[in-house]
Amino acid sequence: MSDLKAFRRSRNFFASLKITSMVALGLSLVALVSIVLFVLIRGTGNITFQLLFGRYGTSPSIWPAFLGTLLLIAVAVGAAAPIGIASAIFLSEYAERDFWLIRCLRIATETLAGIPSIVYGLFGYLVFVVACGWGYSLLGGGLTLAIMILPLIVRSTEESLLAVPMALREGSYALGAGKVRTIFAVVLPSASEGILTSLILAMGRVVSESAVLIMTVGMVVNIVPVSPLSAGTSLALDIYYFASFGYPEEASATAVVLLVFVLSLNLLAFLLARLFERKKGLHGQS
Amino acid sequence: MPISSLRYRAWREKAMKGLFFLSAAFSLLALGAIILYLFANGLPFIAKIGFFSFFFSTTWAPLATLPQYGIFSMVLATLYVTALSVAIGAGIGLLAAICLFRFVPSRFVTPLRWLIDLLAGIPSVIYGLFGLVVIVPFIRDYVSANGMGYGILSASLVLSIMILPTMVSVSYDALKAVSPLYYEGALALGASREEATFKIVLPAAKSGIFAGLVLSTGRALGETMAVIMVIGGSPQLPVSLTESVRTLTANIAMGANELTSDALSALVATGVVLFVFALILNLSFSFLRGKEGGHV
Amino acid sequence: MDNLDWAFPSSAVEVKDLTLHYGPYEALKRVSLKAKAKELTALIGPSGCGKSTFLRSLNRMNDLIVGCKIEGQVLIGGVDIYAKKMDVSLLRKRVGMVFQKPNPFPMSIYDNIAFAPRTFGIRKKEELDAIVIASLRKASIFEEVKDRLRESALALSGGQQQRLCIARALAASPQILLLDEPTSALDPISTAKIEDLLAVLKSTVTIIIVTHNLQQAGRIADTTAFFLLGEIVESGTTEDLFRRPKDKRTENYITGRFG
Repeated sequence: MSDLKAFRRSRNFFASLKITSMVALGLSLVALVSIVLFVLIRGTGNITFQLLFGRYGTSPSIWPAFLGTLLLIAVAVGAAAPIGIASAIFLSEYAERDFWLIRCLRIATETLAGIPSIVYGLFGYLVFVVACGWGYSLLGGGLTLAIMILPLIVRSTEESLLAVPMALREGSYALGAGKVRTIFAVVLPSASEGILTSLILAMGRVVSESAVLIMTVGMVVNIVPVSPLSAGTSLALDIYYFASFGYPEEASATAVVLLVFVLSLNLLAFLLARLFERKKGLHGQS
Repeated sequence: MPISSLRYRAWREKAMKGLFFLSAAFSLLALGAIILYLFANGLPFIAKIGFFSFFFSTTWAPLATLPQYGIFSMVLATLYVTALSVAIGAGIGLLAAICLFRFVPSRFVTPLRWLIDLLAGIPSVIYGLFGLVVIVPFIRDYVSANGMGYGILSASLVLSIMILPTMVSVSYDALKAVSPLYYEGALALGASREEATFKIVLPAAKSGIFAGLVLSTGRALGETMAVIMVIGGSPQLPVSLTESVRTLTANIAMGANELTSDALSALVATGVVLFVFALILNLSFSFLRGKEGGHV
Repeated sequence: MDNLDWAFPSSAVEVKDLTLHYGPYEALKRVSLKAKAKELTALIGPSGCGKSTFLRSLNRMNDLIVGCKIEGQVLIGGVDIYAKKMDVSLLRKRVGMVFQKPNPFPMSIYDNIAFAPRTFGIRKKEELDAIVIASLRKASIFEEVKDRLRESALALSGGQQQRLCIARALAASPQILLLDEPTSALDPISTAKIEDLLAVLKSTVTIIIVTHNLQQAGRIADTTAFFLLGEIVESGTTEDLFRRPKDKRTENYITGRFG
């Protein structure tokens, strides 16, 4: 008798856990969707031509922020991509024999990935704003972001490279190609889709980031940046500015713009994956 | 001279290998530089003030006539916010992942996962905005005992939503990776679907789930923007869930304008503490992962 | 050695007391073999006996494996291929290899074949076109793909992919072609096509082929060597080895008692 009771109790308990998990899923979806809806509902109505493209005078404009964001992407990805891809190539194609070397490099990459973004901001401040004497600058922010996204690029590029089957490399070596030619003519093209996707995701990271920038670019919201050494702002930073200094409508509107930007990047990554599937083998590299 | 001349090729092989190596070493260099700058600026300051009075004093007043640099209030606030947000966010995230894994019809799984992954890309400022405009007033009007909306509760709620996608994603992958033989075996022994999932599959996925936990904790610990918009910013000792306080990250961000040389060093010192916390988190995770025989 | 047109004086292969270790494991034990120029030599024997390892020693593909140690000599046309001054790229140009599982690059058929010539400096379209067509003809696949040279090589069937790999190896103008069980993953018709083309090819290129298929060796090989546990037990003309094996182990293998 008591066995049956215990059996039923256990069954019911776990069945109730199932319901709890469904509630959890529901809550999660509601929470996440409501954030997007909130932004869209509150913000879309406040998007005006002045806000997007106007001059920052008595009414705000995010045009300086837009330019700043583009510059930051260019600097950060432009600096981090070659170094990151080359690092990944070294780790996956050259470093088999040096166990300790690989471990050190991997630990360094992992540690870099675990550093909080505000600490990067502090570092960027100490190095670029103070030590280099540039003051607040988009270049300083971009370079700091470059170091921050480096581990990301290294990790996912390495994954893409390791996914290229060994048989392809052997085929290339057996034809007399050296290591460099094998890497550039066979391995990289095979891995290119994954690498490009990771670069786009890194761009998304750059666009979303604000803690680093708050200490390195100066949050100058109203002046259009004229050179990489100008101080400036970014879309994400503008949201913080607007929210904290009494422009809630503009904050929501900018949030819509930022969301569209980030979502477009994800969409781009998705479309590129589809494009590569079709392009493979049509006009191959030599 | 033809491009494929052999001597040139030998030289090219060596040169490229060197280039690749230097790029890889750059990570090491960057890490070294970060550690160097932080510790070179922060440690002497901590030594000057004295570690105990820096870490354990609760008075933070860098611009007073007699400046005080105690970060303990911030340490406590950080610990509270991190613990609470992980407890809520990771807990709900794990349960949601289990539901997605087992109790949702398969044709809904991919679109739901896609949706959740998409939402993982929302920038943290937007979470902060949401917190500021929705959560803080809600707490202030319906939950708070002292009429205050800012504070640890609001920050934890915002952060827990933020870490949901990560936790759901990682936990789902961990559950998926468990051999279906375990589940089928449990069913064959008479367990119900729920029992089999919670008693057999879930424990089998624990190392992957633990990884997700550490990831989420790291995110909560290191988050700045979402936090500073809802936590208030006053450097006082946190006594209740709804009073204006600061985390270590907020301390650094908010102090960015207080720039006497000592105040700056105090910020760097705060950064050092934060860095060490994050390091301890990652190291203990790697250590535990290594102990389990290399499972991920 | 700066000359890309360099070739071995002859394509006869002589292996003397080749011993190979993977770490502590001895994969090849003092193997000696002579493969005559412009003939087809088959290596037979049960799985895991070192045949593939031996083959890979002939174009130094074992160099890619960490912890691999080689003693003994491998001479091609009298030239020691493990000598310090031997350029490995040139070696592999002159000693081509086809693998058990076809491994075409994810590129067009044309680019696959053109890969080796491009590696060695040939850039002019007319020259590349000529080489591609000639190689595809020698591999008996030109007629089947001549209208889709720009399409992906991955769209071909398994048998076609393998012939593509043979054509790709031939495009490098090798003097020796090594094939590691080239038809074991293919259907009988593709197998027959490849055996036919090898029978023709051997008059211009020395061929060394590892095979599990005794009938295949009997059909196309001039010389056969029997591998067992990292050693060559016996070798000789195919007819002698099959009809009058000198060693009991050879006889057992050929009559199907093991392997």
